Amino acid sequence: MIAIGLEGSANKLGVGLIRHPPKGGPAQILANIRHTYNSPPGEGFLPKDTAKHHRSWVVNLVKQALKEAGVSAADVDCICYTKGPGMGAPLQSAAIAARMLSLLWDKPLVGVNHCVGHIEMGREITGANNPVVLYVSGGNTQVIAYAEQRYRIFGEALDIAVGNCLDRFARTLEIPNDPAPGYNIEQLAKKGKHLLDLPYTVKGMDCSFSGILASIDVLAAQLKANPNQTDALTGEPITAADLCFSLQETVFAMLVEITERAMAHVGSNQVLVVGGVGCNERLQEMMGLMAKDRGGSVYATDERFCIDNGIMIAHAGLLAYRTGCQTALNDSTCTQRYRTDEVLVKWRD
Amino acid sequence: MAAATDNPPADITENLPDLPPSTLLPPLFNNTNPPPELLTQGAEALLYRTTYLVPSIPCALKHRPSKPYRHPILDARLTKQRILAEARVLAKCRREGVNVPAVYALDWEKGWLLMEWIEGGTVRSILDRWLHSTPVGVDASKRESELKDLMSRVGQTVGELHRAGVVHGDLTTSNLMLKPVSTADDTLASSHEEEGKQHQEQREQHLQGEVVVIDFGLAMQSVQDEDRAVDLYVLERAFGSTHPRAENLFQEVLRAYGESFKGAKVVLRRLEDVRMRGRKKSMIG
Repeated sequence: MIAIGLEGSANKLGVGLIRHPPKGGPAQILANIRHTYNSPPGEGFLPKDTAKHHRSWVVNLVKQALKEAGVSAADVDCICYTKGPGMGAPLQSAAIAARMLSLLWDKPLVGVNHCVGHIEMGREITGANNPVVLYVSGGNTQVIAYAEQRYRIFGEALDIAVGNCLDRFARTLEIPNDPAPGYNIEQLAKKGKHLLDLPYTVKGMDCSFSGILASIDVLAAQLKANPNQTDALTGEPITAADLCFSLQETVFAMLVEITERAMAHVGSNQVLVVGGVGCNERLQEMMGLMAKDRGGSVYATDERFCIDNGIMIAHAGLLAYRTGCQTALNDSTCTQRYRTDEVLVKWRD
Repeated sequence: MAAATDNPPADITENLPDLPPSTLLPPLFNNTNPPPELLTQGAEALLYRTTYLVPSIPCALKHRPSKPYRHPILDARLTKQRILAEARVLAKCRREGVNVPAVYALDWEKGWLLMEWIEGGTVRSILDRWLHSTPVGVDASKRESELKDLMSRVGQTVGELHRAGVVHGDLTTSNLMLKPVSTADDTLASSHEEEGKQHQEQREQHLQGEVVVIDFGLAMQSVQDEDRAVDLYVLERAFGSTHPRAENLFQEVLRAYGESFKGAKVVLRRLEDVRMRGRKKSMIG
């Protein structure tokens, strides 16, 4: 069975083709391509411009994906698209493209929850069986564990997502958004070594990032006004790299803490990190140190699967399609709010 | 074309250096004889049973080991904050007459807190055993009223806690202990373990004792209706998920809570709001 997946919930447009062998076994990735809309430094991506980007690229990407996979439209069993959550206008662009393909090729549609797509792709790639999932991206921050046909959210960000906090700080510093603002923060943080005091806001298994962003923005403004500040402990000068370092150390410590709490709560020893922020090597290292101390293991994927992509939508959609799920053309809407625990996971025991 | 699991990503922990495990005791307790006995390992703290000053005074040792993943400065800051916050909350409760363990000693740099040992079992385990046993020859309505009485003591205790300006942050039946009211022969019985157990079982058949709140690791000082209502909501959910049979009994907890302090009724009204929306908001983006 072959599925095509269209993902466009944020600034990446992804198209992927996946095959599930009829007799079981690992899924085969036939094509997984992506085109990213980058806004200029100091600015975020606006829904209107992002939707325009998706509309102008989607046909090219679908054609290229089919060519790369070496399959024709007739070989495709179903068309999967991101139903939500995400930004309204970009989601709609991808949904319209999916509807068009469905009518053009006469194939059924499957609407997919973006978060479930990340989780299922992470499980498929890493082979992690029943992990506690940390899903961290520009729009979502959730600690998830599976129980009785649902991916249950044990902890989440109460305001902005962790990726949004990092991205917006990249805007404050006016560092490039290409290839990704978070990636550039990570590179800069590698040069930092002084830890500055930031709020640490964990409440049970939930956390909050907006206050941290406000604090680090104040520190950045102070540094801009007076570039000759020194660290109280060592007397060495403070740089923008130290700000990035402090921000990462603080927010990642919070994420690892809530993940550990969820692990203790559900009695699991496996962690799977998915979502764009999951690419961050420092986060992966910290998560590894925590899990090692508990005698557990940590799995993460690389940027092909961590960052939003079409293949995860195709994969999760095909899993649902095989259990008989289809989205009728009239119901093929998208929604900005779509909680992970709303999806009935029929394909797992 | 590539199979998804051609090169399955390796477990990240394999490439990391070996570090001393966090189950090492704080150095001060290395020469304690007998060594402290590890009871539970939570996400951030380990709980041991040991003795205080003399071998006949049992006590609980809560150790917050340093976390290898955290920056050392951040780690020291958080450990200090949390040990002190917990001790302050306990001391405050104690002053206000709430049933909580007394604080004996602490060291925020080494991350440990020594507390009074609470005898008895958790309300969770006692309730489970009680609900699953059907003793013969005991009046059903009498059993029902005993259960109701326990629920009302739970509600009252939570009310006292809130009146003292403290919210627990993790109210579950596992964090409520039922401490037997001590009598003269209890002290004797504790030296004969077998006998002590018998006594305990007898008492549990009667759901008697003092309700004591434990584990203030997530507690904070607050008099906000919202925080108090969320505290009750968490307890209600914990009741529903761990004791489905006792769910209707929660009304009794709320009734007693409502009468426990001025302002409790307002909290109960807020609880209805919290129930309607859940503890969490609907997700955006």
